[in-house]
Amino acid sequence: MERIPILKMGDVLLVTIQVDMHDQLALALQDDLTAKISHTGARGVLIDISAVEVVDSFIGRMIANIAAMARILDAQTVLVGMQPAVAITLVELGLTLPGVRTALNVERGMALLRAEVESASRSLLGKADDDTQG
Amino acid sequence: MSPAATTRLPEIIKRRESDLLERWIKEQLGAVTTRRDLVSESQLREQSREFLGLVAQAAGKSSLTSLDSAAWQAVRDMLGDLSRARAAQGFSPSETATFVFSLKQPLFDVLRQEFDGQAATLTEEFWTASSALDRLGLYTTEVYQKGREEVILRQQQEMLELSTPVVKLWDGVLALPMIGTLDSARTQVVMESLLQRIVETGAEVAIIDITGVPTVDTLVAQHLLKTITAARLMGAECIISGIRPQIAATIVHLGVDLSAVITKATLADAFQVALGRLGLAVQRAPARP
Repeated sequence: MERIPILKMGDVLLVTIQVDMHDQLALALQDDLTAKISHTGARGVLIDISAVEVVDSFIGRMIANIAAMARILDAQTVLVGMQPAVAITLVELGLTLPGVRTALNVERGMALLRAEVESASRSLLGKADDDTQG
Repeated sequence: MSPAATTRLPEIIKRRESDLLERWIKEQLGAVTTRRDLVSESQLREQSREFLGLVAQAAGKSSLTSLDSAAWQAVRDMLGDLSRARAAQGFSPSETATFVFSLKQPLFDVLRQEFDGQAATLTEEFWTASSALDRLGLYTTEVYQKGREEVILRQQQEMLELSTPVVKLWDGVLALPMIGTLDSARTQVVMESLLQRIVETGAEVAIIDITGVPTVDTLVAQHLLKTITAARLMGAECIISGIRPQIAATIVHLGVDLSAVITKATLADAFQVALGRLGLAVQRAPARP
């Protein structure tokens, strides 16, 4: 069965969806990604959907789910490169993906993700410092 | 009304075609409603000759009461082309229909000569001719109306394209100055062109300026929010600017929630915010020595 590759770059996982998503593929991605996050302890996930031309409500919901699951596993998710037609479709379907960060391309998404991960770890460190002082 | 088969009209039209044509053209040239400034005499002569020829031909094949039949197709086509051309030239509907109605006078004159002294037959022929010409005249007006509607539709389309420019204010900052009432069709075009430009330019901030939008109701607000959400999904941020006091009041009264969106009173304020997002600032140039 075909699968979407998940690449590890430091503490960030990179998922590039190059084919049109169908339901089985999305479900497999969800399983693989959550397993990989918990296995590698990644702090960030970048999903590039610039090659995706068609989405339906199921795929839209899967993207929101994957982002939510990653957050629970303590990894920030950034969705990059959404096409105008896909954005319009998702909005018309009422799927506004409230908790998901977005960026125009992989480069900006990566910068955003690094900043997020850094600030998250800094606040964590700050809390730890407070604890030792108190 | 007598059955059409008994009428001698087709035969009379055919026999006295050239006589009718002369009288008709004289009638048309003498009428006030003939727009001599828009159509030349030779053109009018050509059109009249063609119409009369086609009528004579069609009347020979089919009855004068069944104008919807295939035999009359050529006449209808010719009238349709004529009406459309005249609508585009700037004729009024009555001026266009007069082309057909002005045939009555010469036709009746000819009929009176033919049926001199047979009052009953004359009346019946009058009636047949009159009703046929009336229907042809009405057909002209109908086509004229349709032609005008097409013009209006095309203009609407052109306005739609003209009124939604997306301008680049700075590297990474787009502005969308909206002018006029927003409806679903227009918002769709606006949304698509904005998102397309975001992809092309890689802009991170888009300013939607609604200074030129006269009223904002719940539907317009919803359209705006949809556009903003779609832009956010693509990774760009939207700022709404140019909200006039009355519109601000309306939005609050309607209970539209714009708390998730950055709103600014003027385009200048919004531009400043946009520059701030990109880590840029405008400052006074140092004084020249």
